[in-house]
Amino acid sequence: MRYLKEVVTLSYDETKCDGCRRCTEVCPHAVFVMNGKTALLTDRNKCIECGACQNNCESEAITVTAGVGCAAALIYGMITGNEPQCGCSTDDSQGGISCC
Amino acid sequence: MLPSGPAALLPPWITGTVQTSVGNVNRIATTWDVNDRRGQIKARISDRFRMAYTVKPGLFAVGNPTAESPVLLSANYKLSFDILRRELAGIDAWVLVLETQGINVWCAAGKGTFGTDEIIRQIRSAGLEKLVKHHKIISPQLGAPGIKSHLVKKTTGFRIKFGPVEARDIRRYLDSGEKVTPEMRRVTFDIKARTVLVPMELSMVMGKSWMVVLGFLMFFGLMPQGILFNQIYAAGLPALLLFLAAVLTGAGLTPILLPWIPFRSFTVKGFLLGLLPVGFVHYLTAFYVTPFDNLFLLGASYLVFPALSGYLAFNFTGCSTFTSPSGVTKELTILLKVYAVLLLIAIVLLICYKLQIWGIL
Repeated sequence: MRYLKEVVTLSYDETKCDGCRRCTEVCPHAVFVMNGKTALLTDRNKCIECGACQNNCESEAITVTAGVGCAAALIYGMITGNEPQCGCSTDDSQGGISCC
Repeated sequence: MLPSGPAALLPPWITGTVQTSVGNVNRIATTWDVNDRRGQIKARISDRFRMAYTVKPGLFAVGNPTAESPVLLSANYKLSFDILRRELAGIDAWVLVLETQGINVWCAAGKGTFGTDEIIRQIRSAGLEKLVKHHKIISPQLGAPGIKSHLVKKTTGFRIKFGPVEARDIRRYLDSGEKVTPEMRRVTFDIKARTVLVPMELSMVMGKSWMVVLGFLMFFGLMPQGILFNQIYAAGLPALLLFLAAVLTGAGLTPILLPWIPFRSFTVKGFLLGLLPVGFVHYLTAFYVTPFDNLFLLGASYLVFPALSGYLAFNFTGCSTFTSPSGVTKELTILLKVYAVLLLIAIVLLICYKLQIWGIL
């Protein structure tokens, strides 16, 4: 299954890669694969911008505007002007809508 | 007030304690009892139940763990925790439950509650470095969006190992010397995974649908003489059935049939399926007298109900495993523009319909 093409904010600077393999471990859609001693960005369109690779890339070779691909969260963010978020695991005082 | 005494306070899935250098640690069952099974079903239907379905965070023992046994991370959503412990029969391990406020691992990682700070806090409060000799913790792979593993290592000395996505692969992972195969790394979303989410989707919509019912009764009943029951019955009831059908196609059928419906946009998928019930009613007008013989009402129905179905399908992006926030934002931006036009046309058609029924047009 695939979502919209050419929309994600993922970018990768191969020259900064130190070959730790972390990105290939954490990506749930196998967007990164090892090519010898550096990671290779394969299919950007599979990226869901969860941010796992960026978080675990110590050499800061990966940047992505991370978030959740959740309509309820984004609509909430649009209406309130806050960060997109759903009601899950937030205090009632912070509002949000219940979902995931 | 909770009943007093330690026995009354312990949940039934705690089967005893293990004595360790850091004190007594509760041992957990690796089987489910009636309450666990019932809880799983309720957590998939009732949002209120689900949001309160938690376990107390902290350290637990499975089997007879030692200083060499692996440490597994979990969320304090009871269903997540239950699914993990059920996979650990016959295994000796430590389970460290993080405070994720009752949210599953992936969603909590997206928010950062299943994350670096909470892991560091729980490692310290459990006294993990005194408990185990090795310095590693196994996290579900989907915890990674919340974890900066190098920071955990720097702060606590513990190395985060990312295990498989699914708890069902834990045994194979541990047996193979903590090796993850490419399949264990990949998140999937098969028909079973999609279908179990449908009851919750439906119950969330139906919880708000009394407003729609009320609106329909008002709209169809409203006549120059006042609100008439026979109008509600003749036109309102069939329209309510179409509403119900739109909820079923948008929040039920579209999620289930997701990969087989053309187009990538969830809204378009839902809209397409939402056309079917209206088309069916249109077909029936050839043989029966229905309120949809009125072309204004039929036209409005062709817009409103598929649009509702499309919107509900769009909401399923939050449940799906392959949508990006950038993609959902793009879809939302287009949806708002198109829906504004659709709604405007529908409102004009509905006004024309009412005027005709009232004998004005």
